[in-house]
Amino acid sequence: MANSDHTTRRTFLSLTSGAAALVIVRPVDATPAMLSAAVRNVVGEADVHTGKVKLDIPPLVENGNTVPMTISVTSPMTADEYVKSIHVFNEKNPQPNIGNFYLGPRAGRAQVSTRIRLADSQKVTAIARLSDDTFWSATADVVVTLAACTEEAI
Amino acid sequence: MPSALINVPAKAKRGSVIEIKTLMSHIMETGYRHTASGSVVPRDIITSFICRFNGKEVFRADLYPAIAANPFITFFTTVTESGKFEFEWIGDKGFSETTQASITVE
Repeated sequence: MANSDHTTRRTFLSLTSGAAALVIVRPVDATPAMLSAAVRNVVGEADVHTGKVKLDIPPLVENGNTVPMTISVTSPMTADEYVKSIHVFNEKNPQPNIGNFYLGPRAGRAQVSTRIRLADSQKVTAIARLSDDTFWSATADVVVTLAACTEEAI
Repeated sequence: MPSALINVPAKAKRGSVIEIKTLMSHIMETGYRHTASGSVVPRDIITSFICRFNGKEVFRADLYPAIAANPFITFFTTVTESGKFEFEWIGDKGFSETTQASITVE
């Protein structure tokens, strides 16, 4: 084409409207903004450090409907130094929250296990709040072959 | 018919840390699924779980639709005296279940 070197107003408009449509049409996922909002809801303005938390989750799961997960936090669990709570988040489920677990010095060991649902291959993040109000996190990547939430109910 | 499965050791040494395993039968309907005709299946989940020992809270959890059906939760606690654990699950549509387990500390 003769005018392929310079962008006309018409081609520019059609390109931008196409790009806008791409941004709008997307599945119902928890967006990164929703995820960071959910995390901010828990940690407030505090910094989240990496470490101390161990997130045990299989890296490859066949069925996203039930994924075993264990979170443990390195802590002496004494009256002065203990884990207050553990919060688990995900990237791509319809909701960013998975669960909140509240412990205390009595727990003796800061470890919680449960089974979760994952709608897609994604990152799972666990954040622990310690007694000195610092936040520590661990993140794990999970590949899901059969997603949860998508099947039809009968 | 909701039913709970609890695993608490019957006996423990004073001051030891014990593991408690809990399982409650519940569909945990997410509210994001549709029927074949296209209507949304309303959310029906357990929203909170509380464990008390002799009336004092030792563990609590907020659950979201991302928790798998038949919520299975395990946690740890230190035992200092004999007594009774009370477990309570609260959820949508007025769901409320309690169960108990005793432990002897020697």
